[in-house]
Amino acid sequence: MATGATSGSGGLGRVLRRPETGSFLGLIVVYVVFALLGGRNFLTAPGWSSWLNMAAEVGIIALPVGLLMIAGELDISVGAVLPASSLTVAIISSHYGLPIYLGIAGGLGVGLAVGFLNGLLVTRTGIPSLIITIGTMFAVSGLTLGFTILIAGSTGVFIVPDPLTKSIFGEALGGMFQVGIFWWAGFVVVIYCLLHVSPWGNWIFALGGDRQSARNAGIPTQRLTIQLFMLSGFAAAFVGVTQVITFGSAQVAAGSSFIFNSIMCVVIGGVLLTGGAGSVIGIVIGTMTFAIVNQGIFFSGLDPNFGSIIIGALLLAAVLSNDTFRAMALSYVAKKK
Amino acid sequence: MDLIGTFLRRPAAASILSLIGVLAFYAIFGGVDLGRFAAAASWVNLAANLGIVALPVGLLMIAGEIDISIGAMIPAGSMTTAILSGYFGLPILVGMLGALAVGVLVGLVNGLLTVRTTVPSLIVTLGTLVAMQGIVLSSSVLLTGGVSVSLAAPDWAKFAFGHLIAGSHQVIIVWWVLLTMIFAFVVHKTRYGNWIFAMGGDKDSARNAGIPTKRLTIGLFILSAVCASFVGMCQAILFNSAQVSGGMGFIFNAIVSIVVGGVLLTGGFGSILGIFFGTVTFAVVSQGIYFTNIDRNWSNLIIGAVLLLAVLMNNTFRKLAVNYTGAKNRN
Amino acid sequence: MSEKVPVLELQRVDKSFGPIDVLHEVSLKVNAGEVLCLLGDNGAGKSTLIKTLAGVHKPTRGKILMDGQEVTFDGPRDAAGRGIATVHQFGGTFPLMSIGRSFFVGVEPSKGWGPFKVFDRKTANDTAVKAVQDFGITRIEDGERLVGSLSGGERQSLAIARAVHFGARVLILDEPTAALGVKQASHVLRIVNETKRRGLAVIFITHQVMHAMAVGDHFAVLIRGAIAADFRKGEKTREEITDLMAGGETMKDLEANIEGYMETHEGHPPPAKA
Repeated sequence: MATGATSGSGGLGRVLRRPETGSFLGLIVVYVVFALLGGRNFLTAPGWSSWLNMAAEVGIIALPVGLLMIAGELDISVGAVLPASSLTVAIISSHYGLPIYLGIAGGLGVGLAVGFLNGLLVTRTGIPSLIITIGTMFAVSGLTLGFTILIAGSTGVFIVPDPLTKSIFGEALGGMFQVGIFWWAGFVVVIYCLLHVSPWGNWIFALGGDRQSARNAGIPTQRLTIQLFMLSGFAAAFVGVTQVITFGSAQVAAGSSFIFNSIMCVVIGGVLLTGGAGSVIGIVIGTMTFAIVNQGIFFSGLDPNFGSIIIGALLLAAVLSNDTFRAMALSYVAKKK
Repeated sequence: MDLIGTFLRRPAAASILSLIGVLAFYAIFGGVDLGRFAAAASWVNLAANLGIVALPVGLLMIAGEIDISIGAMIPAGSMTTAILSGYFGLPILVGMLGALAVGVLVGLVNGLLTVRTTVPSLIVTLGTLVAMQGIVLSSSVLLTGGVSVSLAAPDWAKFAFGHLIAGSHQVIIVWWVLLTMIFAFVVHKTRYGNWIFAMGGDKDSARNAGIPTKRLTIGLFILSAVCASFVGMCQAILFNSAQVSGGMGFIFNAIVSIVVGGVLLTGGFGSILGIFFGTVTFAVVSQGIYFTNIDRNWSNLIIGAVLLLAVLMNNTFRKLAVNYTGAKNRN
Repeated sequence: MSEKVPVLELQRVDKSFGPIDVLHEVSLKVNAGEVLCLLGDNGAGKSTLIKTLAGVHKPTRGKILMDGQEVTFDGPRDAAGRGIATVHQFGGTFPLMSIGRSFFVGVEPSKGWGPFKVFDRKTANDTAVKAVQDFGITRIEDGERLVGSLSGGERQSLAIARAVHFGARVLILDEPTAALGVKQASHVLRIVNETKRRGLAVIFITHQVMHAMAVGDHFAVLIRGAIAADFRKGEKTREEITDLMAGGETMKDLEANIEGYMETHEGHPPPAKA
């Protein structure tokens, strides 16, 4: 039997070839750069809380968006689901005066319903998910605007949540660390288990790798796709809920930045746009990297607009290095003795 | 009877039907006075600005790529023109050429990154979108200290690029129709058009057949960035000022227009006529609602519904086209 | 008897990718008006060999000769320019294009002059339809039909007709019948024979022995990157050829091995090596 012995790069070599390593190195580099530029403020609580808060918000949405991308799909409608959910909570609880938990249920329900619709349309029509979700994005934003004006007469609705609800969804610990960070951590654990521990996760990789083969292997691809879209709709709705409770108001125009921001976090984290590859750790690293650049720029004294330029360049650098690491992993051949 | 079949198999069929459908819907349910609507400028102006961007982006999609950086190129074009000619007082020609040059540069970057690396064009242009937003904003603040710049263009420039015909219709409409005709000729009548369809159909086979796919791709990216910049330039000349914001809406609006127009997202199929009518349909939906007694807040909902219906129609018609084996049955 | 100069010849060609050796000392000759069948199971190195013949890969060692002269291909376009055409199992025929346009991709006929050169649709359609009908496919009449509406066999025929029309001297067919039903496969085989009759050299790559025997004049079996057998028509039986492709062991030897193993180890797998 040919020995699979490698040259001395056993353990280290294996770690280097993991796709997350590239993203992790990027994260370290970015953090060090902004730590040097931002000084003491960035390295202590104000710095940590600012980027962790941002990471938590976009991170909750980035996780299922990442799952969808691994499965070979895209979800643009998250940008419209977020304000739809915020406004549902606000209208139900504030405008109609019903208990807050009904409002939250309504908001989350909207996310699940839109996700279900997305999944149904994608699986039944064969139209690419980019197009379907652009369509649902338009439709949902239209419905949101229409109903909000119809019911509340303006494009924003205010809400004063009771202290208990606020402490669960909207509190800032020590005035700085949003409780959303813990929610994000919880999401990470759940999604990690779903993707990497449970067999369901393997189905997602199979779906993204080759849909036809996945179906032939007995995977219920249609049901899986619908579940994934419902998950991303739920996540967007969840962030909408936390936002309206945290800030006390819901606006029709919110949420559009999450569309491209979540895609960037996911791609920086090593998920392939074409599907079939990626990891939760990678998505988390990508999210953190994105948040650090976004927030770190404020601590560094640089022109904040440079932040966009850096993010754009970072996105491209990240994807290129991910590709290199992946190519290394694929071309690695055990040297024969 | 076969005339209908031939019509349905054309890529533009669904967009024309969608347009008729929307007009009928607005007329019947919204009480639109079609005569007054046809004479109105608002939707034509929108269609022209969107249309000039949708044409090259549509070509890129036919070739199997996508360009979302146009959302930042429109303000880039207007700001470049305004800063060079308005703030720095250089001749308007310098401002205009500057705007187009910025388009060439960004298009070049998009094209080179797409062909030289394995990064998908969606990600490349997402990167340039974000980067350009930052560049435009920081340049504006650095150079002028503000985020909006005013511009007073000389009469000849205003006549050619930025005045209102009969006080209502932007002159860019003429440019749109002109560009549409040129694009239609090149894409459907010359071999370059065939090359674009080939690239979108099967890039490897296209390359093996001798088509210079890399050069063509880069050229298309330059075309789309320059056209977006051109739209921004005309806007600056027309409104006598430029802002750093605006342009993001064009991204999804253009994609909707292109897809309603029959272009396949995966490439290899579509037509310029379809993109033209897709753009018109979009403009009619979004502006036409003001002429109805339907609450205009529902316009986005109608756009979403039209998009989905049009794409379904497109799918059906394309299957008809692919399965069509010829007129008579031979035994 | 004077030897014909082969149109295309490989002399002791090796091909390696880094530390992986794919082809070992491959020597082949293809003559005009003959079909060389290249047989081999999956993983034998067929696709690398095709790509080397078509100019995609350069040999690591060894020579390629055309008409007796040594050549090096700069790439697939260079090889195509010298008359080596490859028809792949899938692809190359642009399903969403019309027959006329797909036929002339890259070399579109035009009328008019200067910047107003217009794609000559009529000529393209007429030429494409005539080319394919000359091969005996009479069911294709309308050049405006989309390629996707053709059956698999018709698409292969279109691709072959295209290669011949544009002056190919060597036609490399990569598994042309693998995805086809019996009737369509026989259409394609008929066209291969017609191509041979017109004086082209055909390299027919397949793992289906029956199809190979229907058209082949000359056979080569590729096993793990090397030519394991090289013989002309009639020198071996179908069963011998199948055994060769399976790795040299005959079915009988294989069965004997399995039985013998079962008896001595009572059906248990061998213990893991220390």
